Amino acid sequence: MDPITLLTVIVLTVFVGFEVVSKVSSTLHTPLMSGANAIHGIILIGAIIVAGQLDDPWLIAVALLAVALATANLVGGFVVTDRMLGMFRGRKPAATSKDTTK
Amino acid sequence: MSILSAEWTALLYLVAAVCFILALKGLSSPKTARRGNLIGAAGATLAVITVFLSAKLDNIPLILLAIAVGSAIAAPISRRVQMTQMPQLVALFNGVGGGAAALVAMLELGHSDGPWVLVAVVFTMLVGAVSFAGSAITVAKLQELITTRPVVFPGMKWVMTLAAVAAVVVGGFVVATGSTAWALLLLVLGLAVGLLLVLPVGGADVPIVISLLNAFTGLAVAASGVVLDNVLLVVAGTLVGASGTILTRAMASAMGRGVSGIMFGAFRGGSTAGSTVQSDRPVRSSNAEDVAVMLAYAQRVVIVPGYGLAVAQGQHTIAELATTLEARGVDVDFAIHPVAGRMPGHMNVLLAEANVPYESLKEMAEVNPEFKNTDVVLVVGANDVVNPAAKTSPGSPIYGMPILEVEDGRQIVFLKRSMRPGFAGIENELLFDPKTTLLFGDAKDSLTKVLGAVNAL
Repeated sequence: MDPITLLTVIVLTVFVGFEVVSKVSSTLHTPLMSGANAIHGIILIGAIIVAGQLDDPWLIAVALLAVALATANLVGGFVVTDRMLGMFRGRKPAATSKDTTK
Repeated sequence: MSILSAEWTALLYLVAAVCFILALKGLSSPKTARRGNLIGAAGATLAVITVFLSAKLDNIPLILLAIAVGSAIAAPISRRVQMTQMPQLVALFNGVGGGAAALVAMLELGHSDGPWVLVAVVFTMLVGAVSFAGSAITVAKLQELITTRPVVFPGMKWVMTLAAVAAVVVGGFVVATGSTAWALLLLVLGLAVGLLLVLPVGGADVPIVISLLNAFTGLAVAASGVVLDNVLLVVAGTLVGASGTILTRAMASAMGRGVSGIMFGAFRGGSTAGSTVQSDRPVRSSNAEDVAVMLAYAQRVVIVPGYGLAVAQGQHTIAELATTLEARGVDVDFAIHPVAGRMPGHMNVLLAEANVPYESLKEMAEVNPEFKNTDVVLVVGANDVVNPAAKTSPGSPIYGMPILEVEDGRQIVFLKRSMRPGFAGIENELLFDPKTTLLFGDAKDSLTKVLGAVNAL
């Protein structure tokens, strides 16, 4: 990518990033943080590309460590966010599910 | 495999990037949040499949094995972790993401040329390492493996400045020489800066730091996209960096503090140091039966839950108490301070886990004018967020923090463990108010007794 295209992409993305979260209620701060955390787990594709280009066994081992760490970030992030959000329910289902109140 | 052409690869990455934007957008509203998260996960899956089909990769079996190992570790932990420990888990995932970005950049050092690409390598390594080490400290603090108090030693400011300057200088050497030895030193200095940055932060402010480090990892990932010439990494990373910055500021302002005050407050002595002095002024304490009568014969009750409730694991009991009172015709709402719990929004998650419908959870701005018409305000394990000192005493460390104005309620009941002041270490005048009743004891025990007494009425 040439530097100007890159700069254009970055600047526009910054504005999108500001815009999408600017009106979030504090109720959703924690899930939003957790969801954003999951998204940067996409470094996994960087780790995969790097790991696929190496020959030296030691360097491959480091790259595989990066792959495993990035996977943990990506998978764990989405799973824990989903679990949190699964708990936000409306009034109706809550009234019937008494079994979960220990 | 190189099944996909460069154009198709770029298009699929674009779809994934749009998925991430829709995910953040969806996460901004309770109704669409879960779907938003699933869209994000779908985008991530698409991107990972795309990379396998487009890039020329060796070692594919080993890579798949590493992915399997990472998933096998992360997924079960995410499913089983206690909701009270969830902030630590988010911090942990954030840290490993930052670590992964730093490793990726270091491995790419040999393939990188051009000054800007090398600057991006240095940036990714440094910020990734800071995020990794910083997150490790936040996990240790939240898990109480180390003290939650600010850790400061004489001259720390200078050590910190020295480490930061050294990191920038070594970064310059890496750009100039492309040498791996310097890169390793850079990584070590990044870790040191991360440690020194987070150690002086007090326990109550740690969540803000997690959010800040989350934004840092986003920026590191964006820079790694420059290193690898991968537009999806640039977009996803920048998106998280930008939204994370906004989120950090929103969290800090909910606490009435600036981000720099949180990060460097301990150096200036203005942090949440906290006193543990116990007051011996007279208060009116009561028993569970009296509290039960007050609640059961009220028209309108507002419950203010705090971290003490979460620590005592009392969220299920309080949910049951609310249901029981509603069955008797009492109007019950929960007033949630933005920073109740360990992270903004954490209390909502804890109560949601106990099946409290989110319509009952009222935000501060919504509930504050309603306290006047409230017969009983039940404060459970909260202190600083209802302390009128935030409005009345300019010298107080919490002065300026928005609070829940429970002093407007007709009667106030505090469920407290003891007369010790809250996290910020300031005495709460409200405890000595004539309309205040105190019920001492562990939050869960007290709630169980009150619930029993209400049922017996």
